[in-house]
Amino acid sequence: MGFFERLRDGLSRTKQQILGRFDEIVEQAGAGPAAGRPIAVETVEALEELLISADVGVDATERIVGRVLERAGRGDSLRDLVKSEIRTIFEAVEPVPPANGHSPHVTLIVGVNGTGKTTTIGKLANLFKASGKQPLVCAADTFRAAAVEQLEIWARRADVDIVRARDGADPASVVYDAIQSGRARGCDPILVDTAGRLHTRANLMSELDKIRRVAARAAESAPHEVLLVLDATVGQNGLAQAREFTSVAGVTGIVLTKLDGTAKGGIAVAIAHDLKLPIRYVGVGEGIDDLVPFSAQEYVDALFQDKW
Amino acid sequence: MFESLSTRVQDVFKSLRGEVRLTPEQVEEALREIRLALLEADVNFKVVKAFVDRVRDRAMDQTVLRSLTPGQQVIKIVRDELLALFGDAEGGLTKSAPVPRVILLLGLQGSGKTTTAAKLGMWLARQGRHPLMVSTDVRRPAAIEQLSVLGDKADVRVFTPDTMDPVARAGGALAEARAKGFDTVLVDTAGRLHIDDDLMTELQAIKDAVQPADLLYVADAMTGQDAIKSAGEFNRRVGVTGVVLTKLDGDARGGAALSVVSVVGVPIAFIGSGERLEDLELFHPDRIVSRMLGMGDMLSLIEKAEQAIDKDEAEQLEEKLRKNEFTLDDFRTQLKTIRRMGPLESVLGMIPGLGGLKQLADNKPDENQMGRVEAIISSMTPAERRNHTIINGSRRKRIAAGSGTSVEEINRLLKQFTEMRRVLQMIGQGGMPGMGGGLKIPKMPQKALGAPSGKRRKKGGPWGLIKTR
Repeated sequence: MGFFERLRDGLSRTKQQILGRFDEIVEQAGAGPAAGRPIAVETVEALEELLISADVGVDATERIVGRVLERAGRGDSLRDLVKSEIRTIFEAVEPVPPANGHSPHVTLIVGVNGTGKTTTIGKLANLFKASGKQPLVCAADTFRAAAVEQLEIWARRADVDIVRARDGADPASVVYDAIQSGRARGCDPILVDTAGRLHTRANLMSELDKIRRVAARAAESAPHEVLLVLDATVGQNGLAQAREFTSVAGVTGIVLTKLDGTAKGGIAVAIAHDLKLPIRYVGVGEGIDDLVPFSAQEYVDALFQDKW
Repeated sequence: MFESLSTRVQDVFKSLRGEVRLTPEQVEEALREIRLALLEADVNFKVVKAFVDRVRDRAMDQTVLRSLTPGQQVIKIVRDELLALFGDAEGGLTKSAPVPRVILLLGLQGSGKTTTAAKLGMWLARQGRHPLMVSTDVRRPAAIEQLSVLGDKADVRVFTPDTMDPVARAGGALAEARAKGFDTVLVDTAGRLHIDDDLMTELQAIKDAVQPADLLYVADAMTGQDAIKSAGEFNRRVGVTGVVLTKLDGDARGGAALSVVSVVGVPIAFIGSGERLEDLELFHPDRIVSRMLGMGDMLSLIEKAEQAIDKDEAEQLEEKLRKNEFTLDDFRTQLKTIRRMGPLESVLGMIPGLGGLKQLADNKPDENQMGRVEAIISSMTPAERRNHTIINGSRRKRIAAGSGTSVEEINRLLKQFTEMRRVLQMIGQGGMPGMGGGLKIPKMPQKALGAPSGKRRKKGGPWGLIKTR
């Protein structure tokens, strides 16, 4: 299955709901907003509700709807306007920095508890392996019971090396070991799993800062990438998470997981808008292949495409 | 970040001070703020709509409009209506159940089922029950092992059969409980999407096999608008008797809880409030309502304090206060205790009335300053710490050099300390003097404390110090 099919597969339920409601809205508005005709209040409200119910958030919704209204009535359909507005938001994010020759390339995976960090590492390792690389996973979640064992199983499935420590060990020291060992074994990239932590816990957050500092000592300018894993079901708190993790751990991108449910992960739109953070990958299932690189263009297209 | 709802509504009404009555337009403006705040708290938008309509009906009442404090009246209406939505359902498990009672934990991936199972096991054991846990999660790597490790930590037995059939594992645990005399069986299940037909069928099969009295849906407090869809589907397919709301120790407003309760019609049984296995509490509607409104969360603050403060330490301190033996050593311990409770700002944010950080911005407590004070005290000799009156000029110079501060700072600290001792002594003797600044600590009803050892915090805890700083 190629990217598009997989994403489409994962998003089909999401799409049906958004699209279904969208057609309803346009229908309610009559034959659609004809040129010169103002859009009915009910339509605007329904549009707001549509975006709110996708967890896009109040602020981002107001901005999107506001801009859509400004441009409405010039012949474009409401759907095209919303679509282009969301795409514009995704397009305005910071570009993903090109792999700048760091070897090994160190990626830190961070996030609150239960978003799917360990699973994402397993899938990422598989993805890199499939593209001919030799990744090394590092089990730095020494807090949650059996987290290391969970990652070991994923490492076996993806057939990649793992550096682990015993439960309760200092995570920063495990990261240091992993980078040293990765270099010795010629592994690249190095994917670091960290313990889930709520962004409000100052002491746990400062642990991430320490991991960063120690990583930088083991490899020049490491970590080269910091991915925040967000659960697609997350509500407005996702924005707070993104903000805090970015300020402490220097997040460079988002992985949106569990997009195979009915949740739409609309918070990603708000995050892209407010923090200019790109979405790097999307998790669309429990299988090892169910992680796909994110493409804003195709994502928005998939959400709003007429027919599959 | 989030502006508290109460602040928002107060702001709307602030400009009206002096006017005799409120106009319906002004109420509408306030309602808009309420609507936004609830949406930002992730309350389902349909629920918000119906809710705002109800509040509007009551708020347009003439007695509210003409009231001297219309803002507070409106907030009170909001609060009452929110509480009404939660109903008077008490948290906890269903009242009666056959022995052994079976509790089934279900929910989406990553909501915290396995952790909740262990927490609940510990909670039950503390209630004098004999729980047996079993994992039926044969899908997630190492999930079974995770429950075993947690069971060890919680000192709760975990049943580990060889079979990898989820239904057989659950059934086996029930048989084991009957044979060995366990009175409660906790069945952890694999996380699943509510639209995954096969897995929902599996869940029904587990339910049929063990006939649980409690079907607890474990939900992440940070869930957004999708909450009712998933909870509703679990309820429809398998049935849910209660919700466990997890990860409430973050800054999520937990509005999803309201949606689930009012749309799906299932009460909230427990809340998870921390990473430790002890951090599971019975649900109290008033607490989450306060949290959603951003009205400060006194109870959470008390709990934080309870976590940070060693009971014996606190009692010793009280004894010292009564005898006026409070020393610089004790002061330093207190400072450390406060810092253990987390960032000072978030601690202060929980105090009702100090809610919005906005107001605190000009008067931000300085954590560095606390560090300097600690350094000063640490540079004193044990004798000086025990008796601050011996600290003369030359000792002050030495302390200043040792702590990298100045004699002026030492002077200021000692002056403050003397003053504080005086105030603390008065508190220790029972009289709460006007401490100024509007830091009021409301009296909490004993039962609201929830924790089995819910001992009321006596005066003389760290509160006095927060104020004096």
